[in-house]
Amino acid sequence: MTSTGHVMGPASVGRMPVESIFPRLEALLPKVQKPIQYVGGELNSTVKDWDTTDVRWALMYPDAYEVGLPNQGVAILYEILNELPATLAERTYAVWPDLEALMRAEGVPQFTVDAHRPVRAFDVLGLSFSTELGYTNMLTALDLAGIPLLAADRGEDDPIVLAGGHAAFNPEPVAEFLDAAVLGDGEQIAIAISEVIREWKSEGKPGGRDELLMRLAESGGVYIPKFYDVDYHPDGRIKRVAPNRADVPWRVHKHTVMDLDEWPYPKKPLVPLAETVHERFSVEIFRGCTRGCRFCQAGMITRPVRERSITTIGAMVENGIKESGFNEVGLLSLSSADHSEIGEVAKGLADQYEGTNTSLSLPSTRVDAFNIDLANEFSRNGRRSGLTFAPEGGSERLRKVINKMVTEEDLIRTVTAAYSQGWRQVKLYFMCGLPTETDEDVLGIADLAKKVIKAGREASGSRDIRCTVSIGGFVPKPHTPFQWAGQADHETVDRRLKALRESFRSDREYSRAIGFRYHDGKPSIVEGMLSRGDRRIGAVIRNVWEDGARFDGWSEHFSYERWMAAAAKAGVDVDWYTVREREENEVLPWDHLDAGLDREWLWQDWQEAVNGGEVEDCRWTPCYDCGVCPTMGTEIQIGPTGKKLLPLTVV
Amino acid sequence: MQRLRVRYAKRGRLRFTSHRDISRAVERAVRRADIPVAYSAGFSPHPKISYAGAAPTGVASEAEYLEIGVTTPCDPQQVRTDLDGSLPPGLDVLDVVEAGPGALADRLEVSEWEVRLRDADRDLAVTAVEKFLAAGTVEVERLMKKGPRRFDAREAVLRLTVPEGAEGTEGTAAQVAGQSCVILRMVVRHMTPAVRPDDVLTGLRLVADFAPPVPPEVTRLAQGPLDDSTGALADPLDLDRETTRGGEAGPAGEHDVG
Repeated sequence: MTSTGHVMGPASVGRMPVESIFPRLEALLPKVQKPIQYVGGELNSTVKDWDTTDVRWALMYPDAYEVGLPNQGVAILYEILNELPATLAERTYAVWPDLEALMRAEGVPQFTVDAHRPVRAFDVLGLSFSTELGYTNMLTALDLAGIPLLAADRGEDDPIVLAGGHAAFNPEPVAEFLDAAVLGDGEQIAIAISEVIREWKSEGKPGGRDELLMRLAESGGVYIPKFYDVDYHPDGRIKRVAPNRADVPWRVHKHTVMDLDEWPYPKKPLVPLAETVHERFSVEIFRGCTRGCRFCQAGMITRPVRERSITTIGAMVENGIKESGFNEVGLLSLSSADHSEIGEVAKGLADQYEGTNTSLSLPSTRVDAFNIDLANEFSRNGRRSGLTFAPEGGSERLRKVINKMVTEEDLIRTVTAAYSQGWRQVKLYFMCGLPTETDEDVLGIADLAKKVIKAGREASGSRDIRCTVSIGGFVPKPHTPFQWAGQADHETVDRRLKALRESFRSDREYSRAIGFRYHDGKPSIVEGMLSRGDRRIGAVIRNVWEDGARFDGWSEHFSYERWMAAAAKAGVDVDWYTVREREENEVLPWDHLDAGLDREWLWQDWQEAVNGGEVEDCRWTPCYDCGVCPTMGTEIQIGPTGKKLLPLTVV
Repeated sequence: MQRLRVRYAKRGRLRFTSHRDISRAVERAVRRADIPVAYSAGFSPHPKISYAGAAPTGVASEAEYLEIGVTTPCDPQQVRTDLDGSLPPGLDVLDVVEAGPGALADRLEVSEWEVRLRDADRDLAVTAVEKFLAAGTVEVERLMKKGPRRFDAREAVLRLTVPEGAEGTEGTAAQVAGQSCVILRMVVRHMTPAVRPDDVLTGLRLVADFAPPVPPEVTRLAQGPLDDSTGALADPLDLDRETTRGGEAGPAGEHDVG
């Protein structure tokens, strides 16, 4: 029941009956591709009564359903919010252009897939941005929902548009479209925000939307862009970012869930009817990473390391398989083989699920022989897929620059172990465009791949082995030591990739054993502009969206030329945002957003990178230099617990 | 190995599931329900579940069939309850029997379909149906995987009527009850290429320029062998019930629409 109570707010939202738009949508579905993605009804999805709840969230993953549904962040928040008695959460995804056109023609608004309610009727539209390439999809959703694109134009009947996810650590490019942004783990802050909204509504919405945003801002845990002004130097650099009213904190801090065993979600995994990109039950086995790879934003912003115990992992897997019927379990984290009891976890799960056609998977990126033992354990019950290793850089020198401590000997020893134990395919992942990279560094990838095949042929005594080399373009990210780096221009990246391809092709001894996958360098430039952009990039996003940009993460939809035209129209110099190296004292657009990392440490690490210095992993060597533990009042949380997984009771 | 034959419905919004969507959902439901499904041998074992001619995506059905191989004998009624409880609402298990001899697919000779045409004109529909039935052949074209193909849509149609004042089968394709609509009922023989209700609608447009204003809502009501004496469809699982013990006979053609 909405408690509008004694004092009436400026508008009585929630009074109108909120009806399902499904009958109107249903008439459009026979005309679109894969209509099943729009109908909801997934196993374990929740539809709560609208009128008996008073805080209502529409959660959006701003990409297609097939990508958005398996997303862990949205799934966890969906479940946690729906567990609160008077709170309701439903999900909404980006609709493909075919349905968008029909919705516009028929006046059907952006809807949730759970109860097909119009998104504009909710209190909060919470968006999870894993990548900046979802920004244009947010604008489509806002527009279809009938919510003004600019936060400044929104009224009392519009939801609070709130962003989270890794890209929200620099929300400045989308600041004018957002009412709020949250940094870090969402579990506790989503509940806290719900309580603030509930209290404000129960008091009769005093002060309207503005006061609600103020109450959220005061806590220091929710960033409200409109309460901050940005001043610029005449040369375009930022002069200052400052609160523009009293009681708004200078810095907004990130949220960290310390005890993952207290938050064993998802408990009721969503099981889609439509085909999605990950068809499995996933358990996060820890959050954070302390390897200190300098390019890795995820590793920096999710510190410190917090492990889930072997006992909780076992219980979550057992429950998740039972609830979902999935036949694959993924053990997720940024570097899963680093869990202090991963060997026991792997063996325990493999024992428990022996003979049940349940396969286990581990995103294995560590390059050492231990990984092969794990992989053998994991493939006992199911398919033996390829093994993936990520040396990231093609030369020893470059790997030191990025702090990815893998020697050529390590890699050869590891792949030799893999090939000699019957694996036939190894995937190697690298990046192109890294700071200080030369043509020789990239050509080193070819040498490495050839040595891998040579070692594999010797170890297996067979020529029937393969190695696939995948290359991603490096994009400097906020809150990393490389946040000051000049991004490589796309001509350079493309030239190096072309030379590398020639090097593979021209070698008759190895060319057929090595697969080569890469993308051209242009999308990385757009991603780079969005990653390290400031509020002036908002105009580019709006221009490109008005020009038809949608689903920018999909190569068949992405248009570099359209983005460049949008930037030119907005008077934005793309090079200034991407290939320009920043000075130490330049104010960065995200400096007022606190990921816990000490700026001086980041800068020193950037200098170390250029000089080829290494950083130890604080999981094994105590170190508080990055600043996260002291500033956030946190500690790394790791085992071992010494416990083991017991056999499952046979049904 | 015991084989179980399952009749299930796809209803309401779940009629938008494709054949592949359904097979994934069934595989997961079988695991959730702890049904001891048999797996194929080999490098990549697959559960032994096979499907008989699935209704197209977007078409609801009260009569879809699949067959599950199990490693230990199961009580069909228990499987019916467990499997239904493990599938999402809208994919509903209606009947389970232990398979007797003979292939199920051979018994699925004809389908009975109901087509709801919202906001259509009944008189025009009646005229179009008369013209269609009077024609010797009605050539239609449909886009298939290998490109457009022309075939006769008339021969396969054994019966085509426009029942008067019918409300149609509730709770199947249409979400909105009580809307004025014209209903077509048809019994169509399974042939190659398959003649689907939309092919018949294409035929009605060709012979009489009859074109409904909104997309049709189609439901398969029944599949089975044609009973030559009555001209009605028989329950294809009756033969299994006659040859195996246990399974309770349910009335044929019953539309259990919860």
